[in-house]
Amino acid sequence: MEFLFNLISGVSLGSIYAIIALGYTMVYGIAKMLNFAHGDVIMVGAYICFFATMRFGMPPLAGVLLSMAVCTLLGIIIERMAYKPLRQAPALAVLITAIGMSYFLQNAAQLLWTSSPKVFQSVVGTINGQTGIALFDGALSISYVTIVTIIVCVIIMVSLVTFVNKTKTGKAMRAVSEDKGAAQLMGINVNTTISLTFAIGSALAAIAGVLLCSAYPTLVPTTGAMPGIKAFTAAVFGGIGSIPGALIGGILLGIIEIFAKAYISTQLSDAIVFAVLIVVLLVKPTGLLGKKVSEKV
Amino acid sequence: MNLKTMNKTTRSNMVTYLMVIIAFVIVQALVSSGSISSSLKGQLVPICAYIVMAVSLNLTVGVLGELSLGHAGFMSVGAFSGVVAAICFGQTIENSVAVLILAMLVGGCAAAVVGVLVGVPVLRLSGDYLAIVTLAFGEIIKGIANNLYVGMDANGLHFCMIKNTLEMTDGTMLINGPMGLTGIPRIATFAMGFALIMVCLFVIFNLVNSKSGRAIMALRDNKIAAQSVGINVTNYKLMAFVISAAMAGMAGVLFAANFSTVVASKFDINTSILVLVFVVLGGLGNMRGSIIAATVLTVLPEVLREFSEYRMLVYAIVLIVMMLATNNPTLKNAIGSFTGKFSRNAEKGEKANG
Amino acid sequence: MAKMVPIPSKGFMKESDIGQTPVLEATHLGIEFGGLKAVDDFNLTVGRTEIAGLIGPNGAGKTTVFNLLTKVYQPTHGTVLLDGKDTHGMSAIQVNKAGIARTFQNIRLFSSLTVEENVKLGMHNHTKYNTLEGILRMPKYWQEEKRTHERALELLDIFDMANLADYKAGSLPYGAQRRLEIVRALATEPKLLLLDEPAAGMNPSETEELMENVRKIRDTFQIAILLIEHDMQFVTGICEGIAVLNYGKIIAKGAPQEVINNPEVIRSYLGE
Repeated sequence: MEFLFNLISGVSLGSIYAIIALGYTMVYGIAKMLNFAHGDVIMVGAYICFFATMRFGMPPLAGVLLSMAVCTLLGIIIERMAYKPLRQAPALAVLITAIGMSYFLQNAAQLLWTSSPKVFQSVVGTINGQTGIALFDGALSISYVTIVTIIVCVIIMVSLVTFVNKTKTGKAMRAVSEDKGAAQLMGINVNTTISLTFAIGSALAAIAGVLLCSAYPTLVPTTGAMPGIKAFTAAVFGGIGSIPGALIGGILLGIIEIFAKAYISTQLSDAIVFAVLIVVLLVKPTGLLGKKVSEKV
Repeated sequence: MNLKTMNKTTRSNMVTYLMVIIAFVIVQALVSSGSISSSLKGQLVPICAYIVMAVSLNLTVGVLGELSLGHAGFMSVGAFSGVVAAICFGQTIENSVAVLILAMLVGGCAAAVVGVLVGVPVLRLSGDYLAIVTLAFGEIIKGIANNLYVGMDANGLHFCMIKNTLEMTDGTMLINGPMGLTGIPRIATFAMGFALIMVCLFVIFNLVNSKSGRAIMALRDNKIAAQSVGINVTNYKLMAFVISAAMAGMAGVLFAANFSTVVASKFDINTSILVLVFVVLGGLGNMRGSIIAATVLTVLPEVLREFSEYRMLVYAIVLIVMMLATNNPTLKNAIGSFTGKFSRNAEKGEKANG
Repeated sequence: MAKMVPIPSKGFMKESDIGQTPVLEATHLGIEFGGLKAVDDFNLTVGRTEIAGLIGPNGAGKTTVFNLLTKVYQPTHGTVLLDGKDTHGMSAIQVNKAGIARTFQNIRLFSSLTVEENVKLGMHNHTKYNTLEGILRMPKYWQEEKRTHERALELLDIFDMANLADYKAGSLPYGAQRRLEIVRALATEPKLLLLDEPAAGMNPSETEELMENVRKIRDTFQIAILLIEHDMQFVTGICEGIAVLNYGKIIAKGAPQEVINNPEVIRSYLGE
């Protein structure tokens, strides 16, 4: 029973990672850059939702929608201001700019909202005063947050895969990620497409932020940093650039982390997660679902 | 040696050595005349350590051309092994300089060994994948160091992991899990930091201007072409990586020996990124740039202290603006047309003199 | 022009090379990429001091042959004897050490390094000091650096490029980059030099000069040269033997005039 509980917790945490990883993987696929600031967009999303629901008494769903809107805008602004001018620049310059952006968001958050932790109240309410359901005569209790997280993740995945594969805009995104120049020649507006990718990624980050803080309620300006890095790891784990890869990578990472915490050591769990990543990359150098690209001689 | 007959690289290296020496002499003079604030004085050894970190990371990122996000991991290995060594040596050797040198050697070797262990499997990857694996490695080192307990008593050293199960009656703890290194002998001095910088510069400059250094740069420029002229790509990649790791290890020893306690989380991803920022802002492959960037960016937050809470925000903005200004073609041209006049005049002057 | 004589089962060879081990003997060489036979049953013998041409329409698999010979790809079938020695299982690095050097169709220089450094990199395995001696600047370092410096200038002089030694390779004009690649390959002291479209992008007078230089290289260093080229004047003007590749297979071999008048060759170029 403990095993099942851990498994479900792992899948739930993994779902959050997967949603964040989507943002990394889509941006990487299309702009070929590691958006280091993505983790901090999560944090901003969580703060917006916190203030909307706790201070201004908005209903949870409205809070989530508001935080999605703000993050979408933030994502587009970051892309336009910091990344777009560097489209032709070396990858390292873009990486450092993204790191600068990450510092900026963290420190701006610290100035605006101070570094004292906020206690986030779960956006998932209670049913009959219960925060979860009990199964097997109470031997296994699963919180609603856990269930909602998994469901939301599945919905996002299905709709995103459909969007990317079936719609015209989705095809444009794939075209841009394949070859920017050729896509432009086919009449696709590359800049709009890249902005759209950032917008979607950031909106997802807002959802991830809210879900993360609903499950782990301490909110500080650096809340997004570690989950951001782990989700990025998850994206690489699954094969960066691949949407199903982000899902698989995220879920596996979540499960490994929870199991390592439960059965090996709480303090060493992060180290174990990263060790597994290294092993996976050594066996499959482009991640679980990544494509192998070889240089033409 | 005659300055005119030296080639451009040698001359540029000489300028770098000279710059470091002059800076050292000036700072030393300021310190002895007491005209330097105590907070800045406390920063001197860390600045030296960060310079060595930046210069050594520049060997991996600038010269070898591979992105590493786990450089602080090697610093950590060096710090932890070096401090334990320093305490052991300190019991028999009186001279603190000798102890520090020995400790640095131990720390450097330990980091080099870890560099080989990590490098052999990992260097098959490249680009972003190598970056993420080095990041992961840095976090693993941090995780292990955070759970390591080392104690010393009359019987020698004792190790254990995760939980402190050392049952020592009269011993002292050297590494105490998440509390990190404790009771470090504070033997690091500014002069030693200066010496370490000079040694590292000597090794890197001479390496780069030898056949091995050329081979390393060749595989950065074009791996397939390097193989086609018979250059063993894996060996040289590993060589650059391991030398860089060893230097980071020594920097770790220097850094730790400046404080009485150091925690493992000091050497986390943020430190790795900080050093990477030094390297990129200073210019890839440009050692002098790394030194200047490391110094300025370590001192900058101190100087910005009057802005107190805004300082890190300012730091972030400076970083972004610098990257945009140096890498965006439009902005670059705008700045170029402004500064271009000066540099062109300077060039003319140089030619007239030469 | 050297007289070509037929030798049993091996196509043609320069008369003066007969009786010596050929520098290259490829038999039944082939590679498949996911079932597609990019090169199939490729047979070629190159004499010790021969200038041989490999021609064929676009996509015939010429560069793939070079990649097989230099082990950029490991062949799935066949054997390659280099100077009588089987290269089976060798890596790209070992093949170069054994005596094959090459240039690339899409230029691959060490573009951020200087021209001289590029040539010195060609001499990497013939530079006799180790890393430690280099870092500590031992006498051996100075001796060898002096020797390789002079040698590099000598080699660059073949193409009158010694005055460009301190320029960044990437800053050279296109033609000079192609020539530098040849010099770098030569610096590895090969027995067989593979040139992938050396005259591409050159004007007629540059091509003329290149022809002379290629001949000069062969005569001075007494090595064999195998080249891929589309410029027929260049090929017929310089090559002593020509092999024609189409769809990964050799369709004709022999002396230049014979080969280019071969009906099957004409068909393969002009289509049916």
